[in-house]
Amino acid sequence: MEILPIEVIDKLVIIVAVFGISLVIAMYSTLAERKVSAFLQDRIGPNRAGIFGIFQPLADGVKFFMKEEIIPATADKGLFILGPSLSMLTACMTSAVIPWGDTLELFGRVIPLQVTDINIAVLYVFAVVSIGVYGIMIGGWASNNKFSLLGALRASSQMISYEIAMGLSIVALIMTTGTMSIGEIVYQQGGELYGIGALDGFAWNVFYQPLGFLIFMICAFAECNRTPFDLPECEAELVGGYHTEYSSMKLGFYLFAEYINMFISSAIMSALYFGGFNFPFIDKLDLSHNWETIIGVGFFFTKIIAFIFFFMWIRWTLPRFRYDQLMRLGWKILIPLSILNIIITGLVLLLTL
Amino acid sequence: MVNSQLSEFGIVLLFIIGAIAFVLITLTVSRFIRPNRPNYEKLTSYECGEESVGNVWSQFNARFYIIALIFILFEVEILFIFPWATVFGDEKKIAGTDGLWGWFSLTEMFIFISILILGLAYAWGKGFLDWIKPEPEVKDYQSPVPKSLYEALNQKYLKK
Repeated sequence: MEILPIEVIDKLVIIVAVFGISLVIAMYSTLAERKVSAFLQDRIGPNRAGIFGIFQPLADGVKFFMKEEIIPATADKGLFILGPSLSMLTACMTSAVIPWGDTLELFGRVIPLQVTDINIAVLYVFAVVSIGVYGIMIGGWASNNKFSLLGALRASSQMISYEIAMGLSIVALIMTTGTMSIGEIVYQQGGELYGIGALDGFAWNVFYQPLGFLIFMICAFAECNRTPFDLPECEAELVGGYHTEYSSMKLGFYLFAEYINMFISSAIMSALYFGGFNFPFIDKLDLSHNWETIIGVGFFFTKIIAFIFFFMWIRWTLPRFRYDQLMRLGWKILIPLSILNIIITGLVLLLTL
Repeated sequence: MVNSQLSEFGIVLLFIIGAIAFVLITLTVSRFIRPNRPNYEKLTSYECGEESVGNVWSQFNARFYIIALIFILFEVEILFIFPWATVFGDEKKIAGTDGLWGWFSLTEMFIFISILILGLAYAWGKGFLDWIKPEPEVKDYQSPVPKSLYEALNQKYLKK
């Protein structure tokens, strides 16, 4: 039986579970998006496949598999395949560092509910998000289509513009926490807010970094190419933007990557700013450690789903920006604001220490 | 669990390999079960039904290039700020130097960031950050019919 050490098997199980959960949540986000849009527009939404349309994502998935794929004769075939694969790959890679819960004690062993807690996790997320630009840029470029190229150019310059503000807002967060490991950042948020005993378990970073959170959230919307920042694929002017020429599973990868990105950025926002798996009054409940962990995971996923709903709510409420407005917001408002945030954070930290 | 950095990054590598395997398996499976009947019309690139003219891989607006250049400068600076941010609030170092550490490192970083701001201000002042703004068309067409005639017509029908 001793083929692999038991720790490696633990890790493999967790890796498979993380993949499975993020794929299932991304799948059901597509259904949820249509249901939410239907709710906001006073319609019924998909209801044919199963009750409430719960088999709709499966039907969509099968359709993506079965459809004929068309690669334009003029396209660069290798890059055409590489583009969506890279998009999907980067979307999957980020979830490696997210702490889904505290530790579980099973069979006399302590199992952390996190794939790995590297000490530069924030930097890792930042790096993987940067690679995400290539997926869209390569795909749009390789299509050899005017709409795709315009979409890809817009996407890349939008994403790199908002990445700077995102990085600067994370810097302010790291200044307050003093660590780059996401697991540690989550543990720090389990304390008392402003040292007030009544607010136990509420030491969420959003109360210490409200401006930073706002900037981070806007940038997360822009990085996911969600409305109001969905100019790369704005169907009114660019047909489908960077995925105009894509069909079959490769189109599926692009669409799917968007939903996984949404899920992951919701998870990162709730881990970095909203306390992750911490929930208020955890010590007063007097539960065993394993139950605390399980309830914590439940709370974490509730926060994530609340954020996903917020993403959808915004999408079906706000119109999209014009391109010059988008660039002005990124370069002339968010970047100066985030630099200001760093300066204020530094001064406040030194004066209160 | 072995608590060395290498094994932690080994797990990340394992994760990345898992992601690559997922992408490859999905692509291969879909390759085998989907139909494949290409013809000339299908393989032309889409341009709203028109025959597409020319190649796309030519020139595009240089503004995108400038944005990318400024981005690289900022990104490298952010990479330098990251390690600073982790040690900035270190209480041991602050206590050890009687509070001097915090103020010293903060001033140092202010100087560094002000260089960053200077670069941004330069790009801003030069107008590199201004995108082309759609302007409403102002018509300079002079009508031979005087405005007073229209006014008289309006008055006439308003009274009725």
